[in-house]
Amino acid sequence: MAAVTPLLVVDDLHRSFGGLKAVDGVDLTVMPGEVRAIIGPNGAGKSTLVGLICGRIEPTSGSIVFDGRDITSMPAHRRVRQGIAYTFQITSIFPNLTVFDNVALPVQRSQHHAVGAARLRRGVLEALERVGLTDRADQTAGELAYGHQRLLEVAMGLSLKPRLLILDEPTQGLSDGEIEGFIALVREIARDATVMLIEHNMAVVMSLAHRITVLSSGKVLAEGTPEEIRADTHVQAAYLGTPDDD
Amino acid sequence: MSGHLSARDDMRVWGLHFGLIALLFAAQYVLPDYHNGVIARVMVLALFAMGYNVLFGYTGLLSLGHSMFFAAGLYGAGLPIYHFGVHPLPAFAIGIGCGTALALLVGALALRTTGVAFMIVTLMFAQVAYLMSLWLGEWTRGDEGLTLSRDERIIEIGPMFLDMTNRDTRYVIAWALFSIGLGITLLIARSRFGRVLVAIRENEERARMLGFDTFANKLASVTISGAIAATAGAAYVLLFGYMGSTFASIQYSILPLLWVLLGGAATTLGPFFGTLLMFYLAELSNDALNAWLPDARLNQIGIVGVALILLVLFFPKGLFGSIRERWLKWLP
Repeated sequence: MAAVTPLLVVDDLHRSFGGLKAVDGVDLTVMPGEVRAIIGPNGAGKSTLVGLICGRIEPTSGSIVFDGRDITSMPAHRRVRQGIAYTFQITSIFPNLTVFDNVALPVQRSQHHAVGAARLRRGVLEALERVGLTDRADQTAGELAYGHQRLLEVAMGLSLKPRLLILDEPTQGLSDGEIEGFIALVREIARDATVMLIEHNMAVVMSLAHRITVLSSGKVLAEGTPEEIRADTHVQAAYLGTPDDD
Repeated sequence: MSGHLSARDDMRVWGLHFGLIALLFAAQYVLPDYHNGVIARVMVLALFAMGYNVLFGYTGLLSLGHSMFFAAGLYGAGLPIYHFGVHPLPAFAIGIGCGTALALLVGALALRTTGVAFMIVTLMFAQVAYLMSLWLGEWTRGDEGLTLSRDERIIEIGPMFLDMTNRDTRYVIAWALFSIGLGITLLIARSRFGRVLVAIRENEERARMLGFDTFANKLASVTISGAIAATAGAAYVLLFGYMGSTFASIQYSILPLLWVLLGGAATTLGPFFGTLLMFYLAELSNDALNAWLPDARLNQIGIVGVALILLVLFFPKGLFGSIRERWLKWLP
């Protein structure tokens, strides 16, 4: 990976809400193909950080460079077109539309020109296939079980054919079985996209992440491979507790 | 909703819409005089309602100012004819142009707000438009209004001779415009653009994070909606020969909302049947109530109000919304 240019470079990023410094001088470099986990205690600024990267929140200062291009002041919908996809922490789908239509939206976004209905349909079914929801295409999305809604959300993100897929606490509320399936899915996604993962479940983080960034009070507390993070005493003190703690 | 229809559903959708258009065309040969006139008027007003439906039904933006777009079409076409003797055909285009430009402008400003604020801002703009129509009374004659003479309502180009004071001509023109409007809303409802509008209605933040420029899409929706409303207004003054400030008043912003709610928001056929039902409902109940209670001095506005309340309480999805929910899932 040494000679490759980074996909994402975050430089001295700040964001405060009133007096609260939610993100306070974060530097971050993500290489293409990486699975990067962002961890940290509640209120550490994880969601704000990814909100800044995908453009939902404007930074107070600092810069964000994506694939060599400064996107700091680019509106969110244009960042999506640059290849940054975001899946919401709180499931955000179109509950009154069918599963098919939910996925058709991002598919038609990623298919730049007005291609035929057949290709749109193929694109949708392909994405549903990847997350295993093909036979629920005609169901109303709001009627899906929670775990399936999370998968739908991921399918929507995938359909954008992102270069950077940001998953904000994707396994929250999933059962153990569902989490296992999810880990396999992210591994598969990571074969052709860079993944940024905010996650509380340390088992998921440790089995997926190439590198981990630990945030605390809006600052980067530590960064390294899972082994390095596991061994870091500062991190243990701030967040992880004892090494055996899940 | 669109997108996943089978070929059979596709046939049904086109069959149903062409069926209605054919039925309305045939109706002119069997309808008695009075009802012929009613249906022509209903078709023009249904065009207005269909325009309203694009914004309210599909995009989920409740405007309380659509009377200004209708009136822009009405006056934009009518005043040049009345004051400057402009030929009806270019005048019709001017009317549509005025309404479209106004919609673009109002949209660009009002869309900085959302929800209730959007309602209020559109209402305020429409109120300004209404007051303008009174203030410019020298030109518009305000509430009293202006009527176009027969000569001013004849289109003659080469062999084509259209006398819009003629009952049958009027019906056919109203029918043609209605059919075009229905076709356009059907195409929008089933297009990718339509799907984005629905996505904005259902979850705007999600639509934005799927890479859609929600502001631009909403602005396009306001503009198309206003353009269709203006077309109805411009057609109205040519076909019925009258323009007055009433058409710019709040009443004509509420009525399309009511028609769409009655027929079913976000359904292609709802606006027409809502307008039709409301017209006959108001008329019949007016007659009946006045017969039973001759001294009560009931008027139509009261009936409209009661209808609106009953509708929202017991029939929130409207006629075609309920039909779609219960029986015909494939209805666009």
